[in-house]
Amino acid sequence: MHEWALAESILAAAETTATHEHLKTVTELSINLGELQQIDRSILRFALKALASELPCFKNVKFIFKTEKSHFTCNVCAHTWNYTDLKKKLGADEAEAIHFIPEAMLAYARCTKCGSPDFHITKGRGVTLTTVKGT
Amino acid sequence: MDPRPAIITTRFQHIKTVIAVASGKGGVGKSMIATTLALTLTKQGHQVGLFDLDVYGPSTHLILGTPPTLQPTEDKGIIPPQVHGLSFMSPVFFTHGKPTPLRGPDITNMILELLAITQWGPLDYLILDMPPGIGDETLDVIHYLPHCTFLVVTTPSKVVQGAVDKLLDILQELHHPILGVLENMTIYNSRTKDTITKRNLRYLGSLPYDPSLETAVGKPDQILTTPFGQALKKLLPTIERYAASASSNR
Repeated sequence: MHEWALAESILAAAETTATHEHLKTVTELSINLGELQQIDRSILRFALKALASELPCFKNVKFIFKTEKSHFTCNVCAHTWNYTDLKKKLGADEAEAIHFIPEAMLAYARCTKCGSPDFHITKGRGVTLTTVKGT
Repeated sequence: MDPRPAIITTRFQHIKTVIAVASGKGGVGKSMIATTLALTLTKQGHQVGLFDLDVYGPSTHLILGTPPTLQPTEDKGIIPPQVHGLSFMSPVFFTHGKPTPLRGPDITNMILELLAITQWGPLDYLILDMPPGIGDETLDVIHYLPHCTFLVVTTPSKVVQGAVDKLLDILQELHHPILGVLENMTIYNSRTKDTITKRNLRYLGSLPYDPSLETAVGKPDQILTTPFGQALKKLLPTIERYAASASSNR
């Protein structure tokens, strides 16, 4: 249920944006879910709804989710690969660690071409708030 | 937009004092001081957390002697496990001791994630064990935890003091709170105190070079009885007094 903690951060960020944009009511939040973090969308939606119900400016807010495919690039050979390639090689404990802290994958994964541990997460890491709409 | 920074203030709202134990140089005893300080404050009856932010080389779990199976629990975030009476969080819970070659943005992401999802609850003190230098972790702590106060560790070595000067320069340039400077591994009278006071900073005191300390690693009760542990205990009123003054300035 660490999705709850992420839901709190999404609403806190949305509230800050709403204040900055002089919005009295927030009607829609678009949220990007990076594939690597493997967020449980139903738990996140439940947490967002429960938390939003306690905040007047989010009373009728609609949540729109989009999953972003993950993408990794080797800093040595420039090879690229994705979470599907990575997932096959992960144990349950490793997958759970990445769920909490996506950068933990650098402890468990290597470039699928040259074997280097020096690569970076190009896309699809974690949770981002892409749009805050309101009136 | 990255939503995580927006929740950090909420996560830290019930923590009275955050102390970052830092240095410009590695190998000066930061982790031992951070852990022993956390243990000593706990023994004094305070609610204490210890947060290892040395993402490449976390070592406080080794000093505490935590079992390899120890893990945080999950409840609306992650709850640090209790170790010897203190709440403990470390990247090692997620990397399981494997080498984790992180570049700059990865370091910031890891720190931000831990700051955003760790539910510390009410604490009197949160002690941060910082990695050496003025890299990403130090800049992130300065940026995301503006009220934390730095306890800077030095040694009598000129090599160390040169690097420590750079950290102090940056902290002073950014007007970030500095609790004071603690001199570790002293074997002779140095001029550190003069150098620090010339900067208008507090010299908190000195801790002896203690060859018995290595055998106490992993045994917290034994650490507290070493000459090092006893010397740190004697400095505790000074550290607490200045930490309280740093907190009251928040």
